[in-house]
Amino acid sequence: MAQLTMVEAIREAMRLEMENDERIVILGEDVGKNGGVFRATDGLQAQFGANRVMDTPLAESAIVGTSIGMAVNGLRPIAEIQFLGFIYETMDQVAAQAARLRFRSAGRFTAPIVIRSPYGGGVKTPELHSDSLEALFVHTPGIKVVMPSNPYDAKGLLISAIRDENPVLFLEPMKLYRAFKMDVPEEAYEIPIGKANVVREGVDVTIVAWGPPVLLAKQAAEEAEKKGISVEVIDLRTVQPIDLDAILSSVEKTSRLIIVHEAVKSAGVGGEIAALVSECGLFSLAAPILRVTGYDTPYPVPSIEDDWLPTVPRLMNAIQHVMQF
Amino acid sequence: MYDETDLNHEFVQLLNEDGTMKEHESLPNLADEQLVDMYEWMVKMRLFDEKMLRMQRQGRIGTYAPFSGQEAAQIGSAAALRETDWIFPSYREMAACMHHGYPMKQAILYTKGHLQGGYTPEGLNIFPVQIIIAGQTLHAAGCAIATKLKGEDDVSVAYFGDGATSQGDFHEALNIASVNKAPVIFFCQNNHWAISVPLHLQTASQTIAQKAVAYGMKGVQVDGNDILAVYKVMQDAVNRARNGEGPMLIEAVTYRQGPHTTADDPTKYRDAKEVADWVENNDPIRRFHRFLEQKGLISDERIAALKERFNQEIEQAVQEAEAVEPSTADQAFDYVYDKPHKLLAEQKQEVQRLLAEKGGN
Ligand SMILES: Cc1ncc(C[n+]2csc(CCOP(=O)(O)OP(=O)(O)O)c2C)c(N)n1
Ligand SMILES: [Mg+2]
Repeated sequence: MAQLTMVEAIREAMRLEMENDERIVILGEDVGKNGGVFRATDGLQAQFGANRVMDTPLAESAIVGTSIGMAVNGLRPIAEIQFLGFIYETMDQVAAQAARLRFRSAGRFTAPIVIRSPYGGGVKTPELHSDSLEALFVHTPGIKVVMPSNPYDAKGLLISAIRDENPVLFLEPMKLYRAFKMDVPEEAYEIPIGKANVVREGVDVTIVAWGPPVLLAKQAAEEAEKKGISVEVIDLRTVQPIDLDAILSSVEKTSRLIIVHEAVKSAGVGGEIAALVSECGLFSLAAPILRVTGYDTPYPVPSIEDDWLPTVPRLMNAIQHVMQF
Repeated sequence: MYDETDLNHEFVQLLNEDGTMKEHESLPNLADEQLVDMYEWMVKMRLFDEKMLRMQRQGRIGTYAPFSGQEAAQIGSAAALRETDWIFPSYREMAACMHHGYPMKQAILYTKGHLQGGYTPEGLNIFPVQIIIAGQTLHAAGCAIATKLKGEDDVSVAYFGDGATSQGDFHEALNIASVNKAPVIFFCQNNHWAISVPLHLQTASQTIAQKAVAYGMKGVQVDGNDILAVYKVMQDAVNRARNGEGPMLIEAVTYRQGPHTTADDPTKYRDAKEVADWVENNDPIRRFHRFLEQKGLISDERIAALKERFNQEIEQAVQEAEAVEPSTADQAFDYVYDKPHKLLAEQKQEVQRLLAEKGGN
């Protein structure tokens, strides 16, 4: 088994799938010779040629829109949106076209495309490069949204995404691209989309997270343990669909729920989870459900982002608050 | 039938690389002091660019997009504007912005990731730096339509790159501007690269300027490293726009001498020979320098003194920017709405409490 960073694991997933399935093509800005601005596609154009790894003109709507057309005609495109903030440029093609195609054509046409995009804060980028926009797509029926938090998951989830018959938005946390290495099997393997992972067991409080906040939740859990509080951490892995069963069975045990995400608070995925748990698990709860999130402002400038993003101290405050009940 | 190979391409140039005038060309109507002033601006901006790159390496500013090599395009175009005209820039147009009055201190604050970095002082018609490629082309078009509706005669200028011409926004902007005969100039700096993507993968047109034709507007391709040529075509475009003759697309052919940004490694995708060729044989400052030298308008001593003065000015701006109180996260709430609503005000208080706790540690 090799020790890989997340960006290496993502590249391996694409390489293996492309070796096995000629229908797969990659398209995006700077994905060819440059190998992507984060090197996620590094070496793939050299291996598979410019017909399968295409540098597109600078046009996000063209990238996703043509991916749909290619998919309808038998290809399996993996489109890269260079930073998630640029997906607004192609909102129509993602939300009004790809996500609705199966529905609109009564199953005759589908768009099995993967849209990969780096996202997330804490890496001191210019404006619109760090936003966590997953909620926009959770609010868009017809597209799945996958958000890995480590190299092993990233590879297995991306392979599942590529093999999925639905459009999948695959969001890659920039902060974790090279943050740490992990044992990653060399062969292809799938991690099912829609299944959460309990990354730490506990009995007092459940924290639900995805992407970089999973690491925060684990740190907070360790700190809480020193204070005699046992925290269970669920890595949701996929925010559309949401693995409600996993959350409910955890909350049944802990009776306290905290959700942490980097995205802004209002109408975020945290709110959706809180609503689902109040609908289906209210009587398991002993305390109010709390959210620790980004604030309801545009993602701020680099010099203050660390005070805007969720932190371990903010999570600790939330843990202490729910433990009062 | 239209065949693109039938199009008549003209490449506007006034100066040869050795600084002599092209045959049959005449100088735009510029006084000697104006010529020297334009040159000084180019020199100052080059020094600024180099200073920013050094500061980025020292960790004093964040990601920076250098514009070295594009000074003639930016200064030559901005010099043809008057103070009340509007500029809608992208991230690589700081030279044009500063020429139009944007304070150097503000430009530095922006690169420092300060909340005030996007602020344009009252009275200046300069839009904040646009990150979303081509988005500003529509704003410029709209601004110009408003100018026309109000019966005024200011001109709006959208600055953008070759890559931007692939975006839908660019095409929509040209179209709506032309339909409205709006006083707007679309100023494209074709620097041959959009990060790693070369021009021939960006467009199959022979020129960017010709795209204007499809929208029923005038387009012109100019040597963007020839400041006099840039000034001339820009002045023409500005006059036409002010006189109600509608928009124009200018393609200034130039070259990005440096990396896309400080986060980019251009050796991965472009030939060192190509870069060296532009830097050594087609540098906009050198060309204009030769021209002014031949006219006896500058001398080596004069330039040494100038550089000294500009370095001081830049140093002063750096000090001013570094003396500004750092932003704090609670300030992020101040400009979300005219007045923060209740839940937002509560979030601001939470941040203030957390900052106080942190400070108290
Ligand atoms: C909508 C959008 N897509 C992608 C990017 C990422 N990006 C930033 S600059 C750039 C290339 C721009 O090239 P060009 O328009 O030629 O301008 P230049 O950088 O050469 O000045 C890209 C792809 C972005 N900022 N916005
Ligand atoms: Mg360019």
